[in-house]
Amino acid sequence: MLEFLNVNLRQGDFHLSASFSVEAPGIVAVIGPSGAGKSTLLAAVSGFLPPDGGDVLWLGESLIPLSPGSRPVTTVFQDQNLFPHLTAFQNVGLGLSPRLKLSSEDRGAVEDALAQVGLAGLGTRRPAELSGGQAGRVALARALVRARPIVCLDEPFSALGPSLRHEMLDLVGEVLSDALVLMVTHDPSDARRSAPRSIVVADGMAHAPKETAALLDDPPEALRSYLGAQP
Amino acid sequence: MRLAFIAAGLVVGTSALADTPVLTVYTYDSFVSEWGPGPVVEAAFEETCGCDLQFVAAGDGAALLSRVRLEGERSEADIVLGLDTNLTAAAAETELFAPHGLTAPELDLPIAWDDPTFLPFDWGYFAFVHDAEKLPEPPTDFKALAKSDVSILIQDPRSSTPGLGLLMWVKAAYGDEAGAVWESLADNIVTVTPGWSEAYGLFLDGEADMVLSYTTSPAYHLIAEDDPTKGAVAFTEGNYLQVEVAGMLAGTDQPELAAQFLDFMLTDGFQGAIPTTNWMYPAKTPSGGLPEGFETLTIPEKALLLSSKDAAAVRDDAVREWQGALSQ
Amino acid sequence: MAGRAVPVIPGGAAGALVVGLTLGTLAAVALRADGPAALGPADWAAVRFTLVQAVLSAVLSVALAIPVARALARRRFPGRQALVTLMGAPFVLPVIVAILGLLAVFGRGGIVNQALAALELPPISIYGLHGVVLAHVFFNLPLCVRLLLQGWSDIPAERFRLAASLGMGPGEIRRQLETPMLRAVVPGALAVVFLICMTSFAVALTLGGGPRATTVELAIYQAFRFDFDLGRAALLGGLQMALTVAAGLLALWFARTPAFGAGLDRPPQRWDAAPGWDWVWIALAALFLLVPMAMVAIRGAEGIARLEAGVWSALAQSLAVALAATVLTLTLAVPLAIGARRVRGLDVVGYLPIAASALVLGTGLFILLFPFVDPGQLTLPVTALVNALLALPFAVRVLRPAVDTIEAAHGRLADSLGLTGWSRVRWLLLPRLRPALGFAAGLSAALAMGDLGVVTLFAPPDGGTLPLYIFRLMGSFQMEAAGGAAVILLAASLALFLTFDRWGRAGA
Repeated sequence: MLEFLNVNLRQGDFHLSASFSVEAPGIVAVIGPSGAGKSTLLAAVSGFLPPDGGDVLWLGESLIPLSPGSRPVTTVFQDQNLFPHLTAFQNVGLGLSPRLKLSSEDRGAVEDALAQVGLAGLGTRRPAELSGGQAGRVALARALVRARPIVCLDEPFSALGPSLRHEMLDLVGEVLSDALVLMVTHDPSDARRSAPRSIVVADGMAHAPKETAALLDDPPEALRSYLGAQP
Repeated sequence: MRLAFIAAGLVVGTSALADTPVLTVYTYDSFVSEWGPGPVVEAAFEETCGCDLQFVAAGDGAALLSRVRLEGERSEADIVLGLDTNLTAAAAETELFAPHGLTAPELDLPIAWDDPTFLPFDWGYFAFVHDAEKLPEPPTDFKALAKSDVSILIQDPRSSTPGLGLLMWVKAAYGDEAGAVWESLADNIVTVTPGWSEAYGLFLDGEADMVLSYTTSPAYHLIAEDDPTKGAVAFTEGNYLQVEVAGMLAGTDQPELAAQFLDFMLTDGFQGAIPTTNWMYPAKTPSGGLPEGFETLTIPEKALLLSSKDAAAVRDDAVREWQGALSQ
Repeated sequence: MAGRAVPVIPGGAAGALVVGLTLGTLAAVALRADGPAALGPADWAAVRFTLVQAVLSAVLSVALAIPVARALARRRFPGRQALVTLMGAPFVLPVIVAILGLLAVFGRGGIVNQALAALELPPISIYGLHGVVLAHVFFNLPLCVRLLLQGWSDIPAERFRLAASLGMGPGEIRRQLETPMLRAVVPGALAVVFLICMTSFAVALTLGGGPRATTVELAIYQAFRFDFDLGRAALLGGLQMALTVAAGLLALWFARTPAFGAGLDRPPQRWDAAPGWDWVWIALAALFLLVPMAMVAIRGAEGIARLEAGVWSALAQSLAVALAATVLTLTLAVPLAIGARRVRGLDVVGYLPIAASALVLGTGLFILLFPFVDPGQLTLPVTALVNALLALPFAVRVLRPAVDTIEAAHGRLADSLGLTGWSRVRWLLLPRLRPALGFAAGLSAALAMGDLGVVTLFAPPDGGTLPLYIFRLMGSFQMEAAGGAAVILLAASLALFLTFDRWGRAGA
């Protein structure tokens, strides 16, 4: 279970509070108006923004003292997910060992992960030689080998076309089924499609997760204007 | 780094291997170059001394003295070769040097020599050198030079031996009027270089009509390059003399060898090399006489030289005077 | 945030070593002095002149480098790379050789005055403050162009693509992309040139036209060699260091890392139409920098035949010194540049050696080493060490912004993967730094090849480096042979620079 205990996040004038818990595993969408603080909430989990007050707990233990790399969290960013000078294989391998000292077992795990995301045989390519979808898959493969119980997806597929994006989201559901996946999205249909639960972030407040379908069918005031005339 | 250490190690190794006594002579840079007297002198002395003569080059004359002062009594040097009379008073004051021990050495200098510590090995007159084709009638004294629009290159007295020589020259010739002479020369001076090499290089490239050098400089062009166009000018005030000397250090661990070297310095093996390698007059004319071509050189009618004591006494004020006159 | 992830201990050690060598040598000289020293009016005049010419040289070098670098950044033409490399040549030449090259163009009998005479116009004189500044611009323009070009190439190709897609013209690109970059890069470039010119000695003296053009470095030389007043030498050395450190801090204050984000290593391509005067700038810069070099080469070519075997052993010694110095420079510069992410200002330590007078450094080392070893036997290591120190500011100057750019682009990902300490250096920083490393190594090697400064105190019994060899040739009337040796030095320096620089680019 991931718990936000009276968390206060501040970035300049911007302010966000959160106090609720999220059951693991499963995919949880983080939705809300642009600029409401969806990525900020994830940054508190991944460790890039230490909260002003409150605590973030995983399985009852505080995450605050841990550096981003040592948290039980894998983050897939909106962009810059891969090091341009390393091959796809090396980029995935870093997930297993930051020193890139890979045992033959590790190498097997990397190959497996690449195969699982449909990139078997493309391990020697560098990011510049990959398409956007393929780059996203490499990032997913790395999340796979890292095998952290929490995965933060900060709109990593937002640049992809709808069918490719759906394909990737399905892949996430398939390969990361054991993890708690926090997925920022600005597309309610993505949430409806992949995330049984959703956290609404609006007006300086992150709300406890609710069932996605119910939330979208009968949106609360804060979400209504954002969703607009959607069915 | 490793390469460098290995190289340095090799140097240490080879000198340690040799069982022969080593005589270390500190001298100025151009003395040891392939074209300088160093190689000839080294071969000639080693033939007879049963020793290893090692030259250590340390910049110019002034740098030599600084180095010996920095090292003090622990200096590796046995001999310092290449000071001139403008430096010998300061050098003697350090009490690091020992008397040469020769009574009335036979010398062919235009002046009498009675310094008990330092022994001359060559000498020459400072003079302005010109190209006779480009400047057929050069001015023949400082006042005429100042009145003319002839351009000159000089060296900085603070960093160069000839530069200091010129300063003393004007001082010896004009005394208290020296400042005024410098002021009148200011518009003739193209620039002041850090050392002789720069000034002479600029002169050969045509940057000025005349350069401060020696009356012996044209001999190089005549003998080595077969070029008779360079000439040196005898000034009616007289030309200042440079006497280059060597001295033995009191702390030497090879006193006999060092004394032997000073003796050798005034023999043909050393003196014969001077005219066509250092392009100066030998302190003692070798038995074969001067090389062909030297007879064409300008010989000033009057030799000017402040005693080393006087030179040391007026030096600082003269530099200030020079700086002031040329900074206006 | 990202700062904590990089190692700081090696940088701290490197910093301590640099401080020890620069301030330690100064202290050694001061302690050897016989009594208290004072500065006279002539010394203050030297300080004034030094500051004036250094400021003028820095401003002019950078101001001219901006249009040249911009033109080179947006123009692609065959031979562009070769031109950029060749234009760097003045920076690595021994001063006197470069001066003779300049005089062949601007001197009394030089090309310019011959042309003026043909047109029956009055001749120009290169001697005076303007000559000093001209020579400093000649030496430093290539460095500025390279530093600024680096700034341009640090703007990812994606940004220019974005700008093109938004229909930005050169004006908008200048405002949106180039001005922020320049604001970050120019202060550092100004500082570097200012610092180089602060310690100028031979240029200022040779072209300055007289004792008016006395710099602090010459005053130090005078104190050492002429007056043997170690106290005054140390005082002047300390003053020079204080002034340059102040300038360095000022530059640090103004320098900002541009936030461009990262690209995908796509080769830069520009879509904006470049104005025609780009070609004028490129041509003018090429003429200004290359013609004097060509004169050195043409005049020197005849001299090569007059060289004797000694030149090759001198060349070998110079190469050994240059390579050793390069390794040392990078060993110091990389930890400093990386450690500065955690300890703000650590990289300023890397600028200290340029503030140190080479004379004080050499003499101080001599005083420190002499009680223990024969300095003559340490010639090569000491020369390599001092050259490494003197090249350090340039290496740090190149590496520091590169580290910042890498961290800005990839630091977050590296943090999330737990890439800390050596892993971060090995897998993120060093590979991404490769172009900057190649450039820095090339600069260090070439600078060490051309340096004459420190060797004289530690002059070896036989032989010596190539610049010393050239100097000795000139001291023995062998001007032509010296010219020939200068051509060999020029070629060797360029070859070293090219090899390292190309190695750096090969990874990109």
